[in-house]
Amino acid sequence: MNSLDGKIAFVTGGGSGIGRAAALAFAGRGAKLVVADVDIEGGQETLRLIELSGGEAVFAACDVGEAASVEAAIDRCVEVYGRMDCAFNNAGILGDMSLMADGTEENFDRIMRVNLKGVWLSMKYEIPQMLRQGGGVIVNTASNAGMTGTPELAAYSATKGGVVQLTRSAALEYARSNIRINAVCPGLISTPMVAQQAIDYPDAVANFTELEPIGRMGRPEEIAEAVVWLCSDAASFVTGHPMAVDGGILA
Amino acid sequence: MFEDATLADKVTLVTGAGSGIGRASALAFAQARAKVVACDVDCKSGLETARLIRDAGGEALFVQADVSKSSDVEEMVRLTVAEFGRLDVAHNNAGVEPANASILDSSEEDWDRVVDINLKGVWLSMKHEIPAMLEQGGGSIVNTSSTVGQLGQSNMAAYVASKHGVIGLTRAVALEFVDAGIRVNAVCPAVVATSMFERFTRGDDDAASTLISSLPMKRLIQPQEVADSVLWLSSDKAAYLNGHALVIDGGLSIQ
Repeated sequence: MNSLDGKIAFVTGGGSGIGRAAALAFAGRGAKLVVADVDIEGGQETLRLIELSGGEAVFAACDVGEAASVEAAIDRCVEVYGRMDCAFNNAGILGDMSLMADGTEENFDRIMRVNLKGVWLSMKYEIPQMLRQGGGVIVNTASNAGMTGTPELAAYSATKGGVVQLTRSAALEYARSNIRINAVCPGLISTPMVAQQAIDYPDAVANFTELEPIGRMGRPEEIAEAVVWLCSDAASFVTGHPMAVDGGILA
Repeated sequence: MFEDATLADKVTLVTGAGSGIGRASALAFAQARAKVVACDVDCKSGLETARLIRDAGGEALFVQADVSKSSDVEEMVRLTVAEFGRLDVAHNNAGVEPANASILDSSEEDWDRVVDINLKGVWLSMKHEIPAMLEQGGGSIVNTSSTVGQLGQSNMAAYVASKHGVIGLTRAVALEFVDAGIRVNAVCPAVVATSMFERFTRGDDDAASTLISSLPMKRLIQPQEVADSVLWLSSDKAAYLNGHALVIDGGLSIQ
């Protein structure tokens, strides 16, 4: 069912993993979209995959931690397609794994900039456009780590907890303006980000897998399904909700 | 409306299917071409739901069941399997509200009634549904909780406690059968435009509008909006969601 037929979507971190799967899912449901990523090569590859599947998209180079870059990517969406119905603010990094006392300030600043300020900046520039056109839907990528404590990933966990609270606060502010804002909380998903983590910290990722009650890692497509559903009219009364798509970790 | 090929021909059981969310859910499953067993303690409304489905060209069976009675629930599942050969999806939704009163003025009978139907009913339903699902190698369950499954609300303690319990049951049982391919999730709607809401406000327009104005979206939820969530959670599209309480409240619970 092309429940997003004719809609215009915007996906950050669209060059890999969950963002790429979501970009393909948006295109597969009939939306046209802007694929934004700081990684030009990854973004172009997503574009190629969308075109192969018969969809339509453009690429925007975007560093979500930089206001001017976010504003330009959103302007590009409006310039090319005239509006922005769905925004998936997904760009994120995992950062270094270490105990709290051993974490570096550099890692903390970097992860806050991308994961938390990136979502704040994205919403800051998306919402005025959605207000102008009379509504829209936003989904932010949080994490199961945003709902519980996460040993050796304190800064990451803090950014994702922050994403949940940005989501809730913004959802309340715009509930009457026909803008719904939700978050997805993926569990352990097979993405390049996690694959890299498995190389850097093999023992830790083995433990992550044991955390999955469902006994397997999730697929990016399974998160993408949740994202497009939240963006659809079927979710018309769902707002401010952090949806766990985690095989039962948070249960 | 959520349509999905993955629900076609699935055998779906809905309790409390005679009205409100249950009826909307039963009709939506039928529209997605699932086979529907519409259960309700009330024959007239349950039969009406089944008739509406058949009139629209769908397949439906009505089963009268009081979900607080073990024998009724056992029979409800037995009849489902006898009629359609399996049970793929269950929406355990039957529920009642207590008299609107402080704990001091509430009767023990009212507490027992609400907890028996809302909480024990879900426990009994899962207890009898899961063996059928295990036999065929999997299934999906959605339980109806409420926004007050996670928040307090004055003058309806039994209801609040029962709906908190539904989330607890959902989470606990979700962890027991993941290896067997059974997912268990819950929906948590806020105030839905149903006959329960009308009973709750006793036709008092002022009470209704005060309640509605406390909602961030300033409107009631339509039963169809809950059904849309139930269908999606039940479908293979939500294959990685398990033990989750999906809140459908327009932001009410995060204020």
